[in-house]
Order: sequence, then C-alpha cells, then structure tokens
Amino acid sequence: MIGDYTIGEFTSILAMQGFAGLILFSVFVLMALGLAIIFGQMGVINMAHGEFMILGAYVTYFCSQFFSAYLPGLFSIYFFIAMALAFCASFGLGILVEWGMIRFLYKRPLDTLLATWGLSLILQQFYRSVFGAREVGVTLPEWMLGAVNLTDIIEIPINGLFVMGLTIIITVAVYLIMFRSGWGKQVRAVMQNRVMAGAVGINTKMVDRITFGLGCGIAGIAGSAFTMIGSTGPTAGQLYIVDTFLVVVFGGAASLLGTIASAFTISQAQSTMEFFMSGSMAKVLTLLTVVGILMLRPQGLFTLNIRR
Amino acid sequence: MLAVDNLTVAYGESEVIHNLSFEVKPNEIVAIMGRNGMGKTTLMKSLMGIVPTREGHVQVGEASIDGMESYQRVSNGLAYVPQGRMIFPSMTVKENIETGLTSTGDKTVPGDIYELFPVLLEMKDRRGGNLSGGQQQQLAIARALATKPKVLLLDEPTEGIQPSIIKEMARTLCRIRDEKGLSIVVSEQVLSFALDMADRVLVIEKGSFVHESPREGIDEKKVAGFLSV
Ligand SMILES: Nc1ncnc2c1ncn2[C@@H]1O[C@H](COP(=O)(O)OP(=O)(O)OP(=O)(O)O)[C@@H](O)[C@H]1O
Ligand SMILES: [Mg+2]
Repeated sequence: MIGDYTIGEFTSILAMQGFAGLILFSVFVLMALGLAIIFGQMGVINMAHGEFMILGAYVTYFCSQFFSAYLPGLFSIYFFIAMALAFCASFGLGILVEWGMIRFLYKRPLDTLLATWGLSLILQQFYRSVFGAREVGVTLPEWMLGAVNLTDIIEIPINGLFVMGLTIIITVAVYLIMFRSGWGKQVRAVMQNRVMAGAVGINTKMVDRITFGLGCGIAGIAGSAFTMIGSTGPTAGQLYIVDTFLVVVFGGAASLLGTIASAFTISQAQSTMEFFMSGSMAKVLTLLTVVGILMLRPQGLFTLNIRR
Repeated sequence: MLAVDNLTVAYGESEVIHNLSFEVKPNEIVAIMGRNGMGKTTLMKSLMGIVPTREGHVQVGEASIDGMESYQRVSNGLAYVPQGRMIFPSMTVKENIETGLTSTGDKTVPGDIYELFPVLLEMKDRRGGNLSGGQQQQLAIARALATKPKVLLLDEPTEGIQPSIIKEMARTLCRIRDEKGLSIVVSEQVLSFALDMADRVLVIEKGSFVHESPREGIDEKKVAGFLSV
C-alpha cells in the first residue's frame, strides 16, 4: 500500500500519467532540439524560442478554424497540414530574424541574450495586437480524441501516441540531417571551428541563417503539438522556455541522446508527480532534483569523449 | 598564379604587414622564412580573408580576390593549412576531408588523396581529434587538397614534428606539386626543410621582405643569420 492506493493501482497510475506525459515530452524534445541546434551552431541563446513555438500554435489554431469553416471534408487530416505550415511560418520568421538582427550580434553573446529577450516581448505584443489577448484552443479531429485501452485502468491517448510518433520521426530526421548529410557536415564544421570552416570553403553565414531557421521551424512544430496540452495565448510560450533550458542544460548541450533522455526524465517526473501534488510543487521538486544532479555532474548527463 | 601587390595588414592601429609584394608562378614552391612574430601567420590569414586587408591587391590566376570572404577565396583556388592544423576534432577523418568538397560539389573524396596519405585511409573512421600531431598535419593537407586548389598555403607545417617526418613531408609536398601542378606557399622557420623543397626563399622580418633568393646558389649562412635570434 502506498498512500490510499494498492500496488496495482499505483503502477497503473504511474503508467497512465506516463502516457499522459508523452505530449509534454514531445514538446520538450522538439523545443530543446531547436534551442540546442541554435546554441551549438552560433552560441546564441534564443530567449524568443517560446514565441516561435507559439507562432506554430497559432498557425495550427487558424488551420483548424479554416478547415472546419471551409473544408470540413478534409478536417480529419488538417493537423498534418497545420504542422507543415507551422514549420514554414516559424522557419520563415527565424530566417528573417537572423537576417535582420542576430547576424549583427554574433560576436556579442550577452547582446544576443538581451536582443532575443526583447524580441520575445515584441512578438508577444504583436500576437496580442493581431490575434487578441484571449487564449484559444484547437478542435482536434475525431480520430485523435480517443484512447487505446491497455487494461481496465490504463488508457493511452491517441493524440499522445500520434505526437510521440511524429517527434520520433522529426528527431530521426534531424539526426540524419546533422550526421549523415553533406549539409549537416557543414553545420558541424562551423560549430567546431567557424574560421576554419570558412577556410575550407563553407559559406558560414548561409549555414548560420538556415540553421537558425531550422531551429525555429522545429519550435513551430512543437507549437503544433503544444495545442493539444495547453491553450494558445500571447504569453503561453514563456512558460516553456525555462523548462526547455532546463532540458538542454540537464542533457549536456552537445548531445542529441542527452537531450532526449533529459526531456523524458523531466517530462515524466513532472507529469507523474502532478497526479499526487500541485503542479507548482511538482515543478519545484523537479527543479531541485535537476539542480542536485547537475551539482554532481556539471557537464550534463551525456558528453562526448574526444581530445580537444 | 598568385600575385600579391602592396599588401598591408593591421590589427587595429598596429600595422603588422607593410606593403608586401610577391608572385608565385605555376608549379613553384616558395618558402617564406622568418622568426617568431615576424608576420607569417598574419600574411597567410589575410590571404585567406580571415584577417582584413588594409591595402593592396591579391590575384589568384586571373581573378582578383580583394574583399572576398574565405569561402569565396577557396572557390577561386586558394587552400589553407593553418598553423596548429585546426582539424575538426569530433568529426571523423573521412568527414574532415569531405568538408573540403563543399566548394567543388564533389560527392566523394578523390582517391589520389588517400594514395598520398595511406594512413588516413586506414584511420578514416577515427575522430580527427584522436590522431597524433603528424597524422593531423596530413589530414589538414588532405582536407585542403580536397578543394582542388590552384595555390596551397601552408603555415609552419613542420611545427612540432620530428626531423625524419619533416623530410618525408618535404617529399610529399614536392610530389603533390608535381602530380597536381599547383603552386605552394609555405611559411617556415626550419631552413633544411625549406631547402629540401622550395624553389625560392623569401625572408620576412617585421612584416617586410629583407632577402630573396632562388634555391640554387642560396647563401645559407646569410639566411640562417636572419633566422637566429
Ligand atoms: N590578433 C592579433 N591582434 C594583435 N596583434 C597580433 C594578433 N595576432 C598577431 N599579432 C601580432 O602580429 C605580429 C605577427 O604575428 P604572426 O602571428 O603573424 O607571427 P608569425 O610570424 O606567424 O610567428 P610564429 O612563428 O610565432 O607563428 C606579432 O607581433 C603579433 O604579436
Ligand atoms: Mg605563425
């Protein structure tokens, strides 16, 4: 017996909350991927990353509105289109921001921190003025609403599985792009030695711009996933940026595997504990644990073994 | 093949290279000799567009490369092996060489590069950072050759490498020149190495050339005098 639950009930609760945490896990992984790519590539900490996510969420919302009003026949597949559009919108905004702002600040890390923070405020106000201060939510197509019953008590939400599957695909795609494609080789070369990358013939500024766009685009997809667990409002992105930083630092900034493991740990811990205590208490406990582990392993969970 | 005219380079207020002019013919190996801090690296970096040029013109073949970014200079035929090698440590040997393919658009590493450096083929899946210093030097040269250059710039390739391997490197560089017909500019402090391979020797002192001589009939004592403190 644990509290008022039997062992059987307790494991079921753990499993259910675990599956319920899948979407949160996906949002974390996608957000952290984007943030880590941008940080690794150009040493820019993108404080506006949450707003790029929210842009994706708004795009998803407008897609759902549009399809239910004008193309109800295609409503069941709108989510795929919404995700693609969310990526494009955030990618495009990312390219624009890199071109208009970030590229002037590369050699000044503190300034990029301030500038992207300013950008996040600007974007929030922009969303408020254009989309309204009211929080909006999407309607999901019917097939995504159900749940799969594993046992009497354990249910797995279908949208969770869906988002999870999508996250796996995107993560694998990012892995392949970074480690198997010619373009990924250029990105890694720039990450390791920018000056030398230029001197072997790589157009480093172009690589920067596209990488920044890609990181933001992935945040846009995270925004699509986010619409399933939260309502979209101008400032909703802010709540996630801190968690995402936590994920990146905890995972060890240079490792894809570390990012995934750390997103999993943090999202699961939060989602499970939220069942037993208040959300903010769960957050405090997670934070304390992460800080504790980081004191023992300041380099994060995973690191690469190479001579520098 | 390479024509440098009146090149002046400065870090902020302090001018380090003063009105340098020199030419390198096709198939020629030129050694630029000078003690520590005389401006060899600065000269190389400015040719690669890493350090901005204050004045002067540089031509590769027929093309003027003034004001270009590094990657554009590479497309125009310059390749660079920096002092300290600067390979990409966490990429494999093969990937390191492949970064040089960006400007040519080739998909695979030309086989003759592995012929020149068989050890790199053996180690192609190792991380670059885990190679020995001498192997990293070969890797840096291979990476530069992958860009199919017209002019190869090498900055103190012998630094930290034992004498027997230095001899071998001189042979390899001569072989590269003969097989690929490119021009080589190498900065050096080791006179024997320069005499092993160079067709012409220039001595740089505080950013200006103070002596020039073809290898035949070079006054070794005089050059050695410039190099000793
Ligand atoms: N980034 C820099 N900022 C200011 N001065 C510099 C910088 N780099 C080099 N210098 C100065 O320029 C001069 C030439 O340096 P450089 O590195 O070109 O010499 P070098 O001939 O390559 O020496 P070494 O044989 O030690 O490699 C030196 O006086 C050095 O102090
Ligand atoms: Mg030097």
